[in-house]
Order: sequence, then C-alpha cells, then structure tokens
Amino acid sequence: MSNSSSPLDTAVIRRDFPIFTRTVRDGKKLVYLDSGATSQKPESVISAEANFYRMHNAAVHRGAHQLAEEATEAYEGARESVAKFLRATVDEIIFTKSATESLNLLAYAFSSGDSLNRFQIKRGDRIVVTEMEHHANLIPWQQLAKRTGAELVWFEVTPEGRLDLSKISELINSDTRIVALTHQSNVLGTINPLEQIVARAHEVGAVVVLDACQSAPHKAIDVEKLGVDFLTFSGHKALGPTGIGVLWGRSELLEDLPPFLFGGSMIENVSMLDATWAPSPRRFEAGVPNMAQAVGLASALEYLTNVGLEKISAHELLLTEQLLAGLANIEEAKVFGPESTVDRGGTVSFTVGAIHPHDLGQYLDSQGIAVRTGHHCAWPLTRKFGITATTRASFYLYNDASEVDALLAGIAGAQEYFKDK
Amino acid sequence: MELDSLYQQVILDHYKRPLHKGLSKNSGVQVHHINPSCGDEVTVKVSVNDGVVAEVTWDGVGCSISQASVSMMSDLVTGLGIKEANVILDEFTALMQSKGTSAGDPEILDDAVAFAGVSKYPARIKCALLGWMAFKDASVQAQAQ
Ligand SMILES: Cc1ncc(COP(=O)(O)O)c(C=O)c1O
Repeated sequence: MSNSSSPLDTAVIRRDFPIFTRTVRDGKKLVYLDSGATSQKPESVISAEANFYRMHNAAVHRGAHQLAEEATEAYEGARESVAKFLRATVDEIIFTKSATESLNLLAYAFSSGDSLNRFQIKRGDRIVVTEMEHHANLIPWQQLAKRTGAELVWFEVTPEGRLDLSKISELINSDTRIVALTHQSNVLGTINPLEQIVARAHEVGAVVVLDACQSAPHKAIDVEKLGVDFLTFSGHKALGPTGIGVLWGRSELLEDLPPFLFGGSMIENVSMLDATWAPSPRRFEAGVPNMAQAVGLASALEYLTNVGLEKISAHELLLTEQLLAGLANIEEAKVFGPESTVDRGGTVSFTVGAIHPHDLGQYLDSQGIAVRTGHHCAWPLTRKFGITATTRASFYLYNDASEVDALLAGIAGAQEYFKDK
Repeated sequence: MELDSLYQQVILDHYKRPLHKGLSKNSGVQVHHINPSCGDEVTVKVSVNDGVVAEVTWDGVGCSISQASVSMMSDLVTGLGIKEANVILDEFTALMQSKGTSAGDPEILDDAVAFAGVSKYPARIKCALLGWMAFKDASVQAQAQ
C-alpha cells in the first residue's frame, strides 16, 4: 500500500538527513519509527549548530567584542524564530534546556515561598493534571502538591484513550490554580480538546500549562488561538539539537513570575544580601545559555516551516491510518488509543498477543526497525490499561508508506519467530 | 539469525513453562524488584535454613529474558548453600557484563550459559539480572534474620 496522496516528497526530505545514509544490524535499512522519543536531524541543523561554534562562539550578553555581538545576535535571532513559530512575542520566549526543565521551572516558580508571589500554591489549592501525562508533566506537579499541601486531582482516561471530561466542573473547581495537560499523548496519540478545558480553567481563575512536546513539532501552533497560559516543548523532538527547550508564557504572567534558577545574567542589581531580577525572558535564563543549540533549534523550525506543518501533519495522519488499518488486520494486535484518525497524531501504541513488547521491539530491531517499548514515561497510564508495556511507533516527516509496510511485515515475522518456540 | 543468540531455545522454554513460579505459603523473605526503564516486575521469596537456600519461589510480569532468567535462577540456587549460590550469582553477573566476550562457565552456570548472548545487547542486561538481584537482596535479608 502506498500513500500517493501524501503532500510530502519523503525521498527528497530523507536526503537532508545524514543518518539515513547509514544502515543498522548488518546492513539493514534504518526504519526509524521512534521520533516521539527524539527526532533525527537534517544537515542544515547540524551545520547551524556546528557553525556557531566554528565562527561566532562567545558568551552572549557579556563580552565587549565583535564575537559576543554576533553570538548575541544569533541567540536573540533564534528567540525571534521561536516566537514566530508559536505566533508569540519575543519577550514571551524563554530558552530552557528541555521541556522537563520548563515544567520544573514553573512548578518551582509557583512555590518560591516569597510572600509577594501571586502564583504561590498553598494548602487548599488544587492542581489538575490528567492520567495520560508524561512523567515530566506529572511529577513536578505531584511534588509541588506535596511541598505545599495542595491537592492533586486528575482527568481520567477512557478505554478509547480520550480524556473523560464528564466531571470537568467538579475537577476544575474554584480552588483550582493550575491545570497542566498534554496537547498530544506521547503514548496514545490522542489530541486533547483544549477549548472546553481552557474555558473552564479560566472561568475559575486557574492557569493552563500545555505540554506541547508531541504537538509543536508536528502541527502549526498559535498560542493565542490555543488560549493557554504557558506552553513548552523540547527542541530535540522538533529536528533540533538536544539541550534546548522552549517555555512560552503570557507576558502579563511572566512579568510577575519569580525566577527558578539564580545566577549570572538573570539579575537587575545585586548586593551581598539581596538581588533584584531582570525582566523576562532574561530572569528565567540564569547562566550562559545553550547558544549553539538555540541557533540549531531556529534552523530546525525554519526547516519545518519551509516544508509546511500542515503538510507534515497530513502526511503523518496518512501513515497512521495505514498502520491502524494494518493492525486491525492482525488478529492478535491491540491498539491503545483512538482507533480512528480523528483528533489524533502519528503515534501508535499496541501489543501483539502474548509477545512481550520488549521482545517484539528486539525482533523489529533485528530487521532494522526502531520502535520504543515500555511504559514510555507514562507509567500510571499503562497501569490504567492493566499492562506493563506497549510497543510504540511514532512518525515524522521523513517516514513513508514502505516503512509502515516494513513494520507490519516485522510484526508478522515476530509472530512467526516466537510462535512455536 | 543473530537474534537466535539472544533467544536460545532453553530461554524461551523457561519463559513458556516457568519453574517455581507462584509464591510459596512457607515463611521466607519476600522482595519486589522493578526495572524502571521498562516496567518489568518480579517478586521473589527466599527461605534460608542453616545456610542453605531451602526454597525460592517467584511471581512477575515481563519480557522473555527477565522471566526466563528468574525461572532459571530459582531452579539453580534451590538446595545450594548460600556461598555456592553467590558463586553462581557472581559468575552470572560477570557474564552479563562481558559484552559478548565470554561464553560463561557451564560448570558453574549450567543452563544459564544460554544468557551469554544477552551481554551483547546492553538494553537487555538489566532484564536478565532482575531476578538475580532480587534473589541477592532477599537472601541477604534472610541471612540477617
Ligand atoms: C509528552 C511529553 N512531555 C514531556 C517530555 C519530556 O521531554 P524532555 O525529555 O525533552 O524534557 C516528553 C518526551 O519524552 C514527552 O513526550
């Protein structure tokens, strides 16, 4: 089966990614279906990052010399690129090292202990998450609740892998201060309905924190349209380097948000006994930042924009449809997550009969097919489904229909391999 | 196929027909170990009498490597003195860390030499060691009692 209707020319795109010139496991073609964990990088991103070190390397915002000027320009230029990518303004873009750091930044800023902190979480407050969160968007909130005596509650997940919104008004009640959820599940592929949740959260005066790790790399984001208050994603899942993440926040919120990490570059004035803070975004970027990685990320976002995010999501949905149809034909296969492509992205989790996902993944690896197995850092979710692990295939712009066929053939091969042993 | 070095028949046999599975009602020290990277779990119950491993029973969920390994471990160490059991444990641990350079000593490891292939797959070593580490934990506690 081929997707002649795909808006992307994957053969051309793949040429931009050096990793696809290599083979794996004794000469097998690399079928990389693990972009949900991290994406591969195009040559342009690799050289943008390397070129910063080669030609412009200096500490940003510091030196009185030409290189420092160039480095600052490149770094601040990257911030502008991210702002454009999210349809946000420049001073709302904070560079972190990852989404994990962004979410911890928020959770700590919400518990600074400073009596003037209007975000301070207290006993009696409520934090709402969902059962499908990645550990990165669960544990910071869970621990914030423990630190402060606040209450942690969550939206449950239905057997189809959707959020159960039936109790939304009880869950998001007048005590609620924070609603933190994922835009798209990294396990189920589910895209969550934000409109209703954002409306209810704002009705009770809570802020909405959106984990866009699995959405921003794949679909066009407009923070104004989403209506959320904070949003984060990691560069490395969006063709960018590791060590760079983005935290976006509404400027009127960032203005009052206390810092999380303290040190150089984030201050306005310092004495031996006190310090005051620079305005956002500098207040949240203590120390010499990951400059080359920010530049690499800007190059990645440019690459994605040039290809077109609408085309990328449409392409991934075709592959998802093909995989879901193929899995439906395998009697032993069970999909966890929506079985249609409505409100869904290109991540498919499944099990195959009694074959443990780790063993299935190992067989697929022997065929050159890279998938992820396990609980995918969403242990409460896999537990909810009564399993310990799934096998997960996740698509990106460089995958094509032949790779879905390869995966389906690999599954059949594994069934045969483990059959009468 | 290269994969066959990992999935030896004896491993898959233990996976399909595990030994000593199901926790004993007898008294003993029970420990629960988890492989946090993949979610595999085993509960191992060990009773030690006069320095001898009297009984090892277990329960668990996980991949063929982790479950076969705990099955084989429980069969190997039952009836041995703690010292002898620890010799096997050390030999098995060394085999797992051998990066595919050792075939394992069948005199010591018996059927467990079948796990030699696992040492070539770094992601699977923890699977193979899960049950052994649980045994180590439980037997140390049992001796301290
Ligand atoms: C939904 C989701 N949230 C958060 C994260 C954490 O991202 P990182 O590890 O890059 O900080 C991930 C990545 O694994 C993810 O998939």
